[in-house]
Amino acid sequence: MNEYIRELYQEVILDHNKNPKNFKSLGCATHSAEGFNPLCGDKIDLALEIEGDVIKDIGFQGSGCAISKASASVMTSTIKGMTLDQAQGLFKEFQETITSDLNAEIDTEKLGKLAVFAGVREFPARVKCAALAWHTMISALDQGAKEIRTQ
Amino acid sequence: MSEFFKERVVSEPVACPIDVYDVELIREDFPILSRRVHGNKLIYLDNAATAQKPEIVIDAVSEYYGSQNANIHRGVHFLSELASGLYEEARSKIRSLINAKSDKEIIFTRGTTESINLVAFSYGRANLKAGDEVLITTMEHHSNIVPWQLICEQTGAKLRVAPIDDNGDVIFEAYQKLLSEKTKIVAMVHISNALGTINPIKKMIEAAHSVDAAVLIDGAQSTAHVSIDVQSLDCDFMAFSGHKMYGPTGIGALYGKQEFLEAMPPYQGGGDMINSVSFEKTTYAELPYKFEAGTPNIVGAIGLGRAIDYIQKIGYAKIGQHHDFLLHYAHQALSAIDKVHIIGNARNKASLVSFVLEGIHPHDIGTILDQNGIAVRTGHHCAQPVMERFKLPATTRASFALYNTKEEIDRLVEGIYGVIKIFS
Repeated sequence: MNEYIRELYQEVILDHNKNPKNFKSLGCATHSAEGFNPLCGDKIDLALEIEGDVIKDIGFQGSGCAISKASASVMTSTIKGMTLDQAQGLFKEFQETITSDLNAEIDTEKLGKLAVFAGVREFPARVKCAALAWHTMISALDQGAKEIRTQ
Repeated sequence: MSEFFKERVVSEPVACPIDVYDVELIREDFPILSRRVHGNKLIYLDNAATAQKPEIVIDAVSEYYGSQNANIHRGVHFLSELASGLYEEARSKIRSLINAKSDKEIIFTRGTTESINLVAFSYGRANLKAGDEVLITTMEHHSNIVPWQLICEQTGAKLRVAPIDDNGDVIFEAYQKLLSEKTKIVAMVHISNALGTINPIKKMIEAAHSVDAAVLIDGAQSTAHVSIDVQSLDCDFMAFSGHKMYGPTGIGALYGKQEFLEAMPPYQGGGDMINSVSFEKTTYAELPYKFEAGTPNIVGAIGLGRAIDYIQKIGYAKIGQHHDFLLHYAHQALSAIDKVHIIGNARNKASLVSFVLEGIHPHDIGTILDQNGIAVRTGHHCAQPVMERFKLPATTRASFALYNTKEEIDRLVEGIYGVIKIFS
């Protein structure tokens, strides 16, 4: 196994893939969206329960690769309890990280657990896998609640 | 993950046929095969997407631009005549390859997709009306679905789909039942790019003709694998691409029976496809030029001609035996891996293996194999209805060409064990 593969498939990612957090449907969802990656067929159904401006609960279902599933799992456990502004701010941070230059410093303090996804920078074809859950979350918040695509 | 494959029986291993030629000599003809990818020797198993090019094809392209380039069918000057001659020579090579009656029946296109669109929008638009039906099969590539959906939308005709069984064979009785006097066009794939199924097209064409439907065969995968005789098959149209048969990209052909092509309106208008133009009346050129508007991909056609020479030098008989050898070896080697399930176990199969690995998504498999220098295809293979049929989001596909080796399949198997280890 080479270092890039080790970097991409870190233990944390493999664990989340195997036992994803918040892999459930929500009974009392206020917002939801479906995310679809037409190139690979990855699909995610995301539902949020929002009270005031706080994400009280969040769950996802669907099928996808290890990266997209782990990303959804880490995202949901990270933004649960956050305000909408915080979640949207984190989306921007995450987006910038995974699309940043290979040599760019990763702000692990700001990103926390999300920093493990920095490994996708080495694999341009897989960036969209890591981003799918996030785009779906933003789409749910925007409440067009339409099917979104990452390409 | 699909429940489907858990209920399936893995096919019995078949005795391996013997390899028929010195593959190492063949490999020397393909410069790209000596390159490295991520520090490893390239193992190219994505041939159903596009095949690599032998040196003589690459040379043809550079020779053309280096010493033969001119526009065709126009100038009276030396180079124009030279280029026109080479272009028409390539057409004759295609005619002879598929045993068409006349060069007039060979239309150069950008590839299979454009060939199918040409038939849908020229023949389809002129011959379909509300209530008519176009029949395809479940295993079609998107390029043999979407043009028909578009033309059905415009004409009010209905698209019908012949189902396939769990092995990936068309259910012939169901296909026959779907044929009726309403069926005006049958468009079906010869060799499935997602499953490897080789359809019994001769029998299927005969059935379609018994209800007077016109038949288009999607031959995108055919010409790299099997010898084609359009007269014996009696298909009305056949579409194929150059790049899957060791030729350049952006060139392909449509075969059409002369009487069909003559009755059809032009597909695109422009230069080269006219006889004379005035604002009152334009008359169209003779076949095949009526369907070749604009300056074509001249160098592509010449390169494709060379690729045909290359295939014929080895011969379909030997290529077929080598492919069978690889297919049987791959089937045995892959099905011996715990948790691997092969999707597509048709009675008659071309040299490609689609498979899933329980609990591991094809994209993760593809990324990890790539780091080992192994190029496979992962995803839905532009055949989403096939994936839907087997209740899978995607598969991993290894597809073999005349230059692949048994050792490369061994490396693929090792690579898959590596993937399993990472995910265990």
